[in-house]
Amino acid sequence: MTLLLRGARVVDPSQDLDRICDVLMADGCVVEIAESIDIGEDVEVLELQGKILTPGLIDVHVHLREPGHEYKETIRSGCRAAAAGGFTAVACMANTEPVNDNRSVTEHILVTAQRHGFARVYPIGAISKGLRGEELAEIGQLADAGVVGISDDGRPVENADLMRRALAYAQHFDLPVIQHAQDLELSGRGVMHEGAWSTRLGLPGIPGVAEDTMVARDLLLVELTGGRYHLQHLSTARSLDLIRDAKARGLAVTTEVTPHHLLLNDQAVSDSGMSTDTKMNPPLRSEADRAAMIEGLVDGSIDLIASDHAPHHVDEKDRQFSEAPFGIVGLETTVSLCLDRLVGAELLSLNRLVELLSCRPAEIFGLPGGSLAPGRPADATVLDLEREVVVDPASFQSKSRSTPFGEWSLRGAAVQTILGGRPVVL
Amino acid sequence: MAGEIVEKNPAIEDVILIGIRTRGVPMAEALAAEIKKMEGVEVPIGILDITFYRDDLSTIGPHPVVGETDLPLPVEDRVLVLCDDVLFSGRTIRAALDALVDFGRPKAVQLAVLIDRVGQRELPIQADVVGCETSTSSEETVRVRFESTDGVAEVEVVSL
Amino acid sequence: MTEATPLSKDLVSILDLDRGQVELILDTAESFAEVSERTIKKVPTLRGRTLVGLFFEPSTRTSASFEIAAKRLSADWVSFSLASSSLTKGESLIDTVRNLDAMAPDMVVVRHADPGVPRMLALRVACSVINAGDGAHEHPSQALLDAFTIRKAKGHLEGLLVAMIGDIELSRVVRSNIHLLQMMGARVRVAGPRSMMPLGIEEMGVEVVYSTAEAVRDADVVMMLRIQLERESRARFPSLREYFDVFALTPERLEGAKDDVIILHPGPMNRGVEISSEVADGPYSVILDQVSNGVAVRMALLYLWTLRPEDAS
Repeated sequence: MTLLLRGARVVDPSQDLDRICDVLMADGCVVEIAESIDIGEDVEVLELQGKILTPGLIDVHVHLREPGHEYKETIRSGCRAAAAGGFTAVACMANTEPVNDNRSVTEHILVTAQRHGFARVYPIGAISKGLRGEELAEIGQLADAGVVGISDDGRPVENADLMRRALAYAQHFDLPVIQHAQDLELSGRGVMHEGAWSTRLGLPGIPGVAEDTMVARDLLLVELTGGRYHLQHLSTARSLDLIRDAKARGLAVTTEVTPHHLLLNDQAVSDSGMSTDTKMNPPLRSEADRAAMIEGLVDGSIDLIASDHAPHHVDEKDRQFSEAPFGIVGLETTVSLCLDRLVGAELLSLNRLVELLSCRPAEIFGLPGGSLAPGRPADATVLDLEREVVVDPASFQSKSRSTPFGEWSLRGAAVQTILGGRPVVL
Repeated sequence: MAGEIVEKNPAIEDVILIGIRTRGVPMAEALAAEIKKMEGVEVPIGILDITFYRDDLSTIGPHPVVGETDLPLPVEDRVLVLCDDVLFSGRTIRAALDALVDFGRPKAVQLAVLIDRVGQRELPIQADVVGCETSTSSEETVRVRFESTDGVAEVEVVSL
Repeated sequence: MTEATPLSKDLVSILDLDRGQVELILDTAESFAEVSERTIKKVPTLRGRTLVGLFFEPSTRTSASFEIAAKRLSADWVSFSLASSSLTKGESLIDTVRNLDAMAPDMVVVRHADPGVPRMLALRVACSVINAGDGAHEHPSQALLDAFTIRKAKGHLEGLLVAMIGDIELSRVVRSNIHLLQMMGARVRVAGPRSMMPLGIEEMGVEVVYSTAEAVRDADVVMMLRIQLERESRARFPSLREYFDVFALTPERLEGAKDDVIILHPGPMNRGVEISSEVADGPYSVILDQVSNGVAVRMALLYLWTLRPEDAS
């Protein structure tokens, strides 16, 4: 199929491009980018005047819940949510049931995503068998099956020796070791950030040091092993300092931040009347931590933005705060939040945002996207910077409705994704 | 009025004057003073707040201020003379009777009122000692003021 | 007395009240204290009303106090004791609430181990909800009866220095009392072991010290909190014996307090743990008054909220 995208402002940091031009796609690849492209009558045309066209956006931290927890989300509903949110690809975590610690689960995910065709899915394999944190999973087999990284996310790798071995072994397959850093003893029964607000509400807290102690430990192990390490959902200023330090030392360390850790702090738990839509892990932190996250994004210490889309069934979240599971959705709010509150607020340029949501994810995880250079896959996202949206959880493609951003008025939205040269139809 | 109370109660030392909050209280005090002058006997005074016994609490709002209730006990073998400034529908007195039942079983209960709004009764209640009868309509209200509570002694009939 | 602002539908937190409303509650409680001194300790005020107690956490004293209060007002009191188990988590809570609302009670009094449950219920039922304790969050009726007790003994709350000593981190009594005492113009000082002092407590406007002797210095009121050490909490404090040695309120440690200091305790007391018997039974203790005041204050709450005018929100 041949597709012409006409008249958009093409923003592609990989080519240093920010210009109004036409883009021609054929047979699943980008063919040509030029100021004006003449084509025959047989070609489908998308008129994109007034819109922005970027390389397809990629969310590298998503829980699709299938296999095993389809009542929360399925590969189909999750990929529809991704497309609705402007993402052409997601990397999905291994904490499914069964756990993705073997070839067959990986293949199931790949085949199912391909069949539905709403977005590309890059599975993340487990670090340890069954996520039990005891023995290494068969990482070679997983790599061969197509995983793009390994993580026990949901859980931390608590055992320092296991983390050390994983960092060493994963190098054979050039896979990043992705960590959810949380000292479970320090976090205990905590349900929100430990600080003045948890004290006021009488809720048990998760101290910032629960993240920092494990990050510090992991970075020493990275130094020892020379491995590649990616820290998920960074949330504290202290851990950010540790990451900066590690990068300065030349360690192969990268990190990500979620939109909620950029835009909300722990006061939101109180303001929302202890709504479980403000309950996630790591929790919303102090205002000082939040401000540090913005700083880290601006100065480049943070490599990318990822949503940590963690859907749960409505009934599960409809409980008292201490009993509800951790997790909110993010695929359908991330782009608008970033366009309005980061780019619109002039904290980041649009160019930088595209790096954070497309180029860097592709680079770090070795994915074929992140660029619209000729020859690259024809995955693209169409943005409308003027589109006014009001976040409406009831209309989400995702099965889950849990978001702290309900009813936020935002300016800017993704309006179309193109996958392999075809516009995605929901 | 004090004279009538004494007449009705030859054993005046058995009497307790019970002022119904709020203006029954200065009335009871005034009557006690008169009786002391006349008979040389100091009749004890009790204070009764009937808020908790009202039948209209769920419809009125905001909540009325509840005052103290202080009755010299026991009431057995005593004659309780309820004192209130105005007798209107009779509901206040009904509530007062309900309250008194919880304090014991007096020998008798009598009612002394300053102003009897004749013909306005909603319950079968009558006063034993009346200062003055008036005919008023239900669209009017009668306000009594005492020196001790309001700084002036007067009666006012006001249209609602 | 000025008219108080209309009461909101529920009493889930002290922060639901303003100063005028607190005074209304305390003044109303005075009248009910008098009722409790009569032979017939009953008034017909809430006759025919159905008040429901939902106790998801075991509680004999608070539930008995509310029950007595309800009965003294001639109300019908129905109590459910649902011990915390997997049955009371998740769906069951929402279903329990729905069933309850269908029975149209006049009021629900609820205690639960998890913060936020009373507020959750309040949003889902038409009747008023009174929080009888939600985890470490709040216990409004306790703070009100404490304030009533203090006011009765001292004549006022304004300007007093109130010291609260114990496991500050896990105490709902502390949080409700901080809000209420500060609202009424008193100063609050909290004290306890460092390993039991919650992060950021000073941001609630209180002074923080770490010894009992320091805590009671010049205090007008000393409030002792119950120390409980379940298995899981041995990391926070080693033993009850050590707590007594280091932190208990003994006559010696009480010396620095004002001469007319009063001692409170929300109960039940652990004699020989947070408080010595000499102090608990001594001349400064108003602990038993708290219990009788508790009934009067709860009568005031049941009375004011059940008969709250309909048109108010």
